[in-house]
Amino acid sequence: MLVAGGVLAAAAALPLAYLAIVTAGAGTDAVEALWRARTASLVLRSLALTAAVTAATIAIAVPLAWLTVRTDLPGRRLWTVAAVLPLVIPSYIGAYAIISALGPVGLARDLLAPLGVERLPSIAGFPGAWLTLTLFTYPLVLLPVRAALRRLDPQLEEAALGMGRSPAEVFRTIVLPHLAPAIAAGSLLVSLYVLSDFGAVSIMRFESFTTSIYTLYRASFDRVGAASLATLLAALMLVILWLESRTRGSAALYRSAPGTARSPRLVPLGRWRWPALAFCAAVSLLALALPLAVLVYWSLRSVSGDVVWGAILTGAGHSLLASGLAALVAALCAVPIAVLAVRFASPFSAAVERLSYTGHALPGIVVALALVFFGTRVVPGLYQTLAMLVFAFVVLFLPLAVGVTRASLLQVSPRVEEAARSLGRGQLGVLRTVTGPLISPGVLAGAALVFLTAIKELPATLILAPIGFETLATEIWKATSIGFFERGAIPSLALLAISALPLYLLTARD
Amino acid sequence: MSSISCQGLRKSFGAVRAVDGLSLEVEQGAAVALLGPSGCGKTTTLRLIAGFERPDAGTISVGGRPLSGPGTFVPPEKRRIGVVFQDYALFPHHDVAGNVAYGLGRGADRGRVREVLDLVGLAAEGDRSVNELSGGQQQRVALARALAPAPEVILLDEPFSNLDASLRAKVRDEVREILDAEDVTAIFVTHDQEEALSVADTVAVVNAGRVEQVGTPEEVYSRPANRWVAGFLGEIEVLPGVARGGSVTCDLGAISGDWDLAGEVDVLVRPESLAVDISPPPDRPATQALVVSRSFYGHDQMLELRLPSGRTVRSRRLGFPAWHPGDRVRVWIDGPADVLARD
Repeated sequence: MLVAGGVLAAAAALPLAYLAIVTAGAGTDAVEALWRARTASLVLRSLALTAAVTAATIAIAVPLAWLTVRTDLPGRRLWTVAAVLPLVIPSYIGAYAIISALGPVGLARDLLAPLGVERLPSIAGFPGAWLTLTLFTYPLVLLPVRAALRRLDPQLEEAALGMGRSPAEVFRTIVLPHLAPAIAAGSLLVSLYVLSDFGAVSIMRFESFTTSIYTLYRASFDRVGAASLATLLAALMLVILWLESRTRGSAALYRSAPGTARSPRLVPLGRWRWPALAFCAAVSLLALALPLAVLVYWSLRSVSGDVVWGAILTGAGHSLLASGLAALVAALCAVPIAVLAVRFASPFSAAVERLSYTGHALPGIVVALALVFFGTRVVPGLYQTLAMLVFAFVVLFLPLAVGVTRASLLQVSPRVEEAARSLGRGQLGVLRTVTGPLISPGVLAGAALVFLTAIKELPATLILAPIGFETLATEIWKATSIGFFERGAIPSLALLAISALPLYLLTARD
Repeated sequence: MSSISCQGLRKSFGAVRAVDGLSLEVEQGAAVALLGPSGCGKTTTLRLIAGFERPDAGTISVGGRPLSGPGTFVPPEKRRIGVVFQDYALFPHHDVAGNVAYGLGRGADRGRVREVLDLVGLAAEGDRSVNELSGGQQQRVALARALAPAPEVILLDEPFSNLDASLRAKVRDEVREILDAEDVTAIFVTHDQEEALSVADTVAVVNAGRVEQVGTPEEVYSRPANRWVAGFLGEIEVLPGVARGGSVTCDLGAISGDWDLAGEVDVLVRPESLAVDISPPPDRPATQALVVSRSFYGHDQMLELRLPSGRTVRSRRLGFPAWHPGDRVRVWIDGPADVLARD
């Protein structure tokens, strides 16, 4: 078990170590490459986008969470579901929907044409990237804030009100401090998402870290430049993660009273419910209804033309194959790592678990690039094979499987395993007859999560897929990035439909 | 013949010495209670015998077969020792019969499963999910599961602590009957004196990782080997005395016994062995005392008495007749008393 876990974790961390070594080995070349790439302005631009998107997601998510948890907003359940759903839309599909609807020659112009509008102002670049990323990542803040609001003991607020504070003061002095950790956690997810996003920024033609890396790699085969930028981006993300862990509040915020938490009294909105409804409707309209409507519209248009059904089916098949394999391998690798971490706690097993998480802190494009170098120089036989792509997915998404498997293993009492031992079964027999069956729902959920995430992955697929191995994600991106909106519509709907299934399975279990 | 033999067991977790030189001999077919406060190492001892932990030092053998010792470690699955856990640790993915059949391996003998379920009175519940059962039923499934492969020894960790107080006495008797019916050697761990004294043939009192005293329940209760055992097994009065020629003199007068002691001693007497009345039976030497306070518990009452020497002692009497503070009474020892040399 120790050996298996160690080997798996080392394998997961190896390509990244290799990337760092390549960059370090390039020495002055790397420094020169970073200089050429006008790195300082790139860093500033990426950080500006990250900050702007994070601020906007907080501005949307906090009121939305409060409205759906603590007020008598009509249709709260419906708004809750509608507000979370945009999370399943990959950023490149979102960007595609927005640019094809609101772009200079998009659907909005067609609608406005009778009014004499010939051309809308371009939204490409910063505004488009900002809008897209905000609309499709705000649920990452919404979910933890909602959870925190529901955990917040209403007695604290009642006590403050009883001390003569106004409701606005109570919100500022009691509620907000309790929400701060959740907002911070959500913001961290958003920042990491924005920094590592490739789909939205590439379609919106915003020059970010990831697009620069991709351009350098693809156009000029400038490997040292791409590797240096990738290493810098990885370092930037690790710095953000480290800062977050340093500043994470050590203040303990607990429910103060023993006993069962009462559900809070809902705040009556009164006349304010109309602006509140308008706000919820506007968010759902832009983040959910608009993309779906656009996709359906383009699909209908393309059906009346000539659809290359064969290509779509092949793409869907490839998507299913690569993601399915990744889910299978990740779930199988997650079991020994989780068993090691939970049952054989030691500094070594903690290191194994942490190493297996490396991939999660890094953008897909960095991991993909690392594997390109690793593949071409160390294992050329594997370069541009399906195995390499699946390996990249496993490196990127193994932590999802490990997390869920670990959680389900924690619920299995070691006493139950000991009981099985005392009844005459060896360690492997116990794993097969007791631990295995008990954690299988968790392993399955982990596999579903990996599948769901891998099928949407874009940059690693673009870089590592064997030549001619088109998936739904690459089909959509290639069609959209050259303005063939009709061609991307049906693959997008297919992708959303495929990824909705495991999501349903995951949520139906709760 | 000794069924279980533990010699000089030691086990530390980091800096904590959980078991510190524990030795124990258990007769074939006996039911032994390991009794001690929480953290005394009794559960660790059980886990060492089961093979879930390796001892740092010492040996364990069952029926003459060495299980743990220098260069020897038989894994738990090869020990033929049944274990009943405090939280029962039933397999949630098997029904009642599936839990019991687990230890019988593939091609489990259905007859044996039925036999054991019958023994614990769950013959009708074989195909029920273990999650639907009451705490008492779960405990019996755990017992049936441990007994099914007919182990030489069965270990029970705080077997009655998860049961309602109202159920506990009944289940204790049932478990004792089942263990007798299977003629299995049993060790059970408990921190509850009443439980240990009422269920076990032999009580081993454990403190700080070693055995303080082994004896029948009556022996350890009325003739504790030291002050710690005396105090742990219930309320006790310790009176200084002087021993001379088989007789001991203390504030309660002279008492005689087969003690081979001389000089300063402590007399240990439990409150229920201190009788109180206005006038004692004619042949009893009694001491004058004043009732200082009284607590009434329904079935009985506890009196605090001041002796002529100024020392106070407690006496537990039946609830009636009622005594009151200020009553002048006579007090005498009416029951077992123990005498220990002063340290």
